[in-house]
Amino acid sequence: MATIVKFTVDGKARSVKVDDPAMPLLYALRDDLKMKAPHFGCGVAQCGACTVHVDGEAVRSCVLPVTAVKGKQVTTIHGLGTPQQPHPLQTAFVEEQVPQCGYCVNGWMMTAAAFLKKKPKASDGEIREALAGLKCRCGTHVSIMRAIKRAQKQMA
Amino acid sequence: MNAPTEFSHNRRDFLKASGALVVSVAMAGLSADALAQTGSAGKPPLVPGELDSWVAVLKDGSIAAYFGKIDMGHCLDVAIAQIVAEELDVAFERVTVYMGDTATSCNQGGASGSFGISAGAKPLRHAAAEARRILVAAASTHLGVPVGQLAVADGVVSGGGKRISYGELIGGKYFNAKVEWNRKVGNFMDIKVQAKLKSPADYKVVGKPFRRRDVVNKVFGTMDWITEISVPGMVHARVIRPVIAGSVPLKVDDAALRSIGDARVVRASNFLAVVASKEWDAVRAAQALKVEWSAATNPFPVMEKLHDHIRAAKVEKSEQRVKIGDVEGAFRTAARIIEAEYEWPFQSHASMGPACAVADVKKDSATIWTGSQKPHYTRDGVAELIGLPAEQVRGIWVMGPGSYGRNDGGDAALDAAFLSKLTGLPVRVQGMRADGTAWDPKGPASVHRARAALDASGKVIAYEYISKGFSRVNIATNEADPSDSLVGQELGMPLKPVMGYGTPEESYGFANKRLAWETIAPLLARSSPLRTSHLRDPVGPDIHFGSEQFIDELAAAVGEDPVAFRLRYVTAPRDAAVIRAAAAKAGWQSRPSPGPRHAGDILAGRGIAYAQRNGTVVATVAEVEVDRRTGRIWAKKVTVAHDCGIIVNPEGLRYAIEGNVVHGLSRTLMEEVRFDRNSVTSVDWASYPILEIQDAPESIEVALINHPEIAPSGAGEPTIRTIPAAVANAFFDATGIRLRRAPMTPARVLAAIAAASA
Ligand code: FES
Ligand code: FES
Repeated sequence: MATIVKFTVDGKARSVKVDDPAMPLLYALRDDLKMKAPHFGCGVAQCGACTVHVDGEAVRSCVLPVTAVKGKQVTTIHGLGTPQQPHPLQTAFVEEQVPQCGYCVNGWMMTAAAFLKKKPKASDGEIREALAGLKCRCGTHVSIMRAIKRAQKQMA
Repeated sequence: MNAPTEFSHNRRDFLKASGALVVSVAMAGLSADALAQTGSAGKPPLVPGELDSWVAVLKDGSIAAYFGKIDMGHCLDVAIAQIVAEELDVAFERVTVYMGDTATSCNQGGASGSFGISAGAKPLRHAAAEARRILVAAASTHLGVPVGQLAVADGVVSGGGKRISYGELIGGKYFNAKVEWNRKVGNFMDIKVQAKLKSPADYKVVGKPFRRRDVVNKVFGTMDWITEISVPGMVHARVIRPVIAGSVPLKVDDAALRSIGDARVVRASNFLAVVASKEWDAVRAAQALKVEWSAATNPFPVMEKLHDHIRAAKVEKSEQRVKIGDVEGAFRTAARIIEAEYEWPFQSHASMGPACAVADVKKDSATIWTGSQKPHYTRDGVAELIGLPAEQVRGIWVMGPGSYGRNDGGDAALDAAFLSKLTGLPVRVQGMRADGTAWDPKGPASVHRARAALDASGKVIAYEYISKGFSRVNIATNEADPSDSLVGQELGMPLKPVMGYGTPEESYGFANKRLAWETIAPLLARSSPLRTSHLRDPVGPDIHFGSEQFIDELAAAVGEDPVAFRLRYVTAPRDAAVIRAAAAKAGWQSRPSPGPRHAGDILAGRGIAYAQRNGTVVATVAEVEVDRRTGRIWAKKVTVAHDCGIIVNPEGLRYAIEGNVVHGLSRTLMEEVRFDRNSVTSVDWASYPILEIQDAPESIEVALINHPEIAPSGAGEPTIRTIPAAVANAFFDATGIRLRRAPMTPARVLAAIAAASA
């Protein structure tokens, strides 16, 4: 039985017709709503490529059933900022030329954005801990750290 | 390489789409002479011998460069734009590089062997210079000013008080000028032209740190990776690979699919897939489908015995790459012989996302969108698989989720094409995690035997290094032949495996020296999840993990500082220079390894390794901390000295080096494909862990050595081959213990420490 699940995405009301209540949010965003940013990396909550914010918390949309976001606010990287009004992390990631293939970058920025909101003055060690589990196969980690520290300064 | 009508059409559309107007009237303002060279607007065929295949001046005076390779975020397209801008004398910003589309570029081999600049830029550079020559000649005729009195600045030719722009001269029209193709296809495709190249002394654009063009879209989520490509009417597919390696589907029960949307099974011979209009339906159909597989045949050895298997296996092919002097004779006179063996595991590309491809196969034409890094070859393989002439198939490369060699991208492309042909619909294939980790072609496992003879004074009088392992090209490095793809093998195509490996690349001047390799048969010939092919710097980290550790073992044996020892034996001046530069930048203290023993739980050490690769030379100093309670090795600081000839873009180069360092650390410390007798058990990031940010270095220092007088060589891979031994040598320096088995996991470190103190 198909049901309709309503939620907001980047501030806009959206609804998705869902056949399988277990369908992860990622498929609703990508396949139904044709959004580009959250990516499928692993499907088992091990890489972060699919990260979005649900009511401000960073979550892995590849394992979160779409039915769980009913009535909630989902934010993707488009909602984080735009070239006209960039989030400080986006500015910093551009400044530091972080992404190589860039497939992972959504996960790093969305996770870091949610974390820095809670802990803007986090130390290096705390940042590394908060970002544990995220993958970057191209090995851009050192520039990611540089970018996050740059963003921290801008946000301070 | 004919240029079919199909392509002319595409190319024409493309020029229109990119802002050029293709007109069919003779160009105003050009003399008959210039016209003879630049021609009217007829579309020349897309062949390397046509200047128009490489570069175009669009109506607005901007420049299009057609590159038959691709950039995976290494800034390669920026470097190509710099080189083209330089030779054409236009601003960098005016040049757009179109990459990896078989309808607009010739087959330059795709991403391959770090040849992007060293070989790939050559025809573009030559074409740009030739275009400038033709344009200046045309301007001379048009303005009535001799060529010698004309100068070009940002695409405007001026002299004698007159001026005309490239756009006015030819914008939107074709050159119709011949260039001399060297008849090579792939990496070494090049052209000869009449124009004289600019001297590096006059460079204004090359050598500057221009920024990348893909970064902004990646950061704002506005970029299309291959995973974002969508075609009207497209269905989603998941290919079902056997749970047991080498088994084939006997019975397929699709009863469970009836309740999953429009999901259905598609099968041909041993190739099995599900398709559905909705992606999630394809995913759950693949999970729900009941398949009875043929029985297990235990193709793999017990994992712990893998290297014993390699040692014992029959040598199928061998090659002696270096043979200097009388090695055996020298060993007979040795005062001392030192021997060691090193082991390297199977490793996976494990790209950030499993591969994706979209195929639209029609009756007499097809388009394939692929993240494979060699799209022209992908096109060839697709054409062969679906039975169309290559000219009727267009391959379009789109940035994939990571790419470090022959990963799962090629298989996804051929899977998608085959499914599109079977269903008659456009098909999008994306793997699940296991397709990228368990089923990608692997970097081969190997054993490396080293021995050296010392005379009474401690001088090395003979050296031998022999690598034995699975072939680096059990399947080819591209998918031009479908028998090198999983679908081709599942369809029973005859296999054409090749044997190849490699030897250390260095300039140690030992009087008697032998470097050789030996390859053994694959564990499973057909459809193997452990089939082997190219993984970033194919067999480079593997070989130099042993060879550069062994050099350190020799230094330790004679009680000499590892840097001084290397400098005593390297013969190439550029090699000595990078070793010195890395040591200087890292603040290397001259003393033998291991360092003084310290009490405490954290032991610190430093190690160096160096290697050459196709003209590039790299030396790396790793400074590590070893936690003796947990066995964790942390490469806290890594210093790289890098010489790749002339530097085109220092910023891009620095990033390429950093990526190499981290990828190399991950492979040195963590990566090992796990398997049991019947299947690969590394299926996700938990069973194939890679380096995460806690273990990333605190800093990576880079010393770039620029040689404007030396042609550029590659930078995408050379650094990674120095990382494993630099870390292992630092570990020895810290602990006095040799770890000759990669990856150097905490469990192995703890075991080694326990064994050493027992
Ligand atoms: S795709 Fe969701 S965590 Fe990897
Ligand atoms: S940039 Fe490629 S995975 Fe991070």
